Amino acid sequence: MIALALREFHQFQASGRQFLYLVPSAAVFELDPVAGAVIRLVGESPRTEDAVVAALADRFPAPAVQAVIEELRDVRAIGYEQQPDPDSPKFLPMMPFPLSTMVLNVTNQCNLACTYCYEYGEDKIVDTENGKQSKFMTEATARDSVEFLLKEAGNIAHMTFFGGETLLNFPVLKSTVAYARRRAAEVGKSVDFSLTTNATLLQPDIIDFLADNEIGVTISMDGPKEMQNKFRVFHNGAGSYDMIAPKIKALLRRHRSRPIGARVTLTSETLDVTRIYRHLTEEFGFWEVGFAPVTTSPNQQYAIGDSGFDRMLGQFRELAFEFQEHVAANKHHGFSNIKDTLEEIHKGVSKAYPCGAGLGLMGVSTDGDVAVCHRFAGSDTHKLGTVKDGINRETQKEFLEHHHIADKTDCHTCWARPLCAGGCYHEAHVRYGTTRRPNLHYCEWIRGWTDTCLQVYGDLSVRNPDFLARFDRVEAKAEAVL
Amino acid sequence: MTHLKAVNRKANRVTDYVRGEKDGDVVALQQQPAQPHIPLGCSLAFSPGWEADSTGGTAGLCQPVERDLFDCHLGCFWPAHVPDQLNHAPSWTSQCAAAQKDWRKLDLVFPG
Repeated sequence: MIALALREFHQFQASGRQFLYLVPSAAVFELDPVAGAVIRLVGESPRTEDAVVAALADRFPAPAVQAVIEELRDVRAIGYEQQPDPDSPKFLPMMPFPLSTMVLNVTNQCNLACTYCYEYGEDKIVDTENGKQSKFMTEATARDSVEFLLKEAGNIAHMTFFGGETLLNFPVLKSTVAYARRRAAEVGKSVDFSLTTNATLLQPDIIDFLADNEIGVTISMDGPKEMQNKFRVFHNGAGSYDMIAPKIKALLRRHRSRPIGARVTLTSETLDVTRIYRHLTEEFGFWEVGFAPVTTSPNQQYAIGDSGFDRMLGQFRELAFEFQEHVAANKHHGFSNIKDTLEEIHKGVSKAYPCGAGLGLMGVSTDGDVAVCHRFAGSDTHKLGTVKDGINRETQKEFLEHHHIADKTDCHTCWARPLCAGGCYHEAHVRYGTTRRPNLHYCEWIRGWTDTCLQVYGDLSVRNPDFLARFDRVEAKAEAVL
Repeated sequence: MTHLKAVNRKANRVTDYVRGEKDGDVVALQQQPAQPHIPLGCSLAFSPGWEADSTGGTAGLCQPVERDLFDCHLGCFWPAHVPDQLNHAPSWTSQCAAAQKDWRKLDLVFPG
């Protein structure tokens, strides 16, 4: 008889129960004690079904153990030794794939000079000072972009304004919103808007406009004064905290039509996640706060190294379990990193690509070039087309061909690949000089964080399954509109 | 499944798939629960009147839903998928008086 061996999964515990996260299906199963015992036994060393039944005979009846073995084989948690499951096939998405989000870089100019900025710092891809690109998007290009989005999108299109500092080009932003609304209505589609800003230019009339037009706002901000002022400085080196704080408070008071989020860049020198979170939610009243480690080459002083990632993971865990307790008690908690991952776990997302870049999301540069995402806007090597001429399908296909998880052999033994799929293209480009490589410098962090999210998911599946079911309802509502 | 509990949506899909694999020997087009089974001619031909009528329901089908397994070839076109009842298998339907009840009695016919 052929011996049984474990297949690919990650085992975790939550609420005193055992769970499996299966790879690559991304299915989450809870184990009963018999199933837990079988997994443990087969994990010690491969053994035949009879040997498993015999080894557990004093604890569980043979039919129960046999039934467990069949169920675990069915879901591919175990299988016969030397008969591995076939590799996941490499399927490219059906084309043309609808564009759901277009990020419009309305300017590549900025009134801040944040030292770590990927757009202007040492790791920049496009020379926005001396390059060929125009510094501000014209109204004509913005209108072409709207036409491009409405042509490529399904019934719902998302438009995100980005920069540079987005509000430096507020006049074009304002007219584009009106134009997009009108054109969307004419072609029977709906469009919604969001923007990212450093908050320096928020004034009452702009805030009114954002609130009245239900424009989602994300504020780039790094936390309390000394952290914000460490990197987020004006060109003369002065910190920006004192200037933006009252403007953000005014925005949060006035703009109630959409939840306002803060987006924090973490560096080795500002690595105090909990304090930043408290400051932004309690002092300011942000509805959500999301954190991302700075994108940089490893030789920068502010780059987060291995010990920094460990520290960051510890702090993320603290906030994640705080989130868990809030949700278990049906209270809101604004740690957005975990919410996004929980939704992906709930749906069982198993990604062929780390994000929607080049597929459902694209970035548009000031002169109307369409790039893989906003971080590559204006880069000739990452260009997929133009808003005038549309997407070059051959280039897009080649991009998708070369960035598929099947080609990232380093990821093939990692249990976190259904959710990570190699990580951010831009991060990889800055670290390794190519978008095709997986981000091996933060694998441990990704696995640690994914494990934490799975634990929270398992716990909430026991203590507050209604919260998780909301992810289904949100989607059903979205589909109903579609 | 009795020892594994499907927790997320993908786990439910895996469970449904496994159940379908085990239960799904032969399925009629309208049999519930829906099976991962695509009848060849219908889906490729995109003819109206098979799985759903012009309003999306089943009331106005050109054939009653229970008869889709073998009766379509008489009133419509499905000749390649049923035995030749004139020459080689005249008694193919002899055990199947009422299709909606007896369709499982229709057996394979081997060239002899």
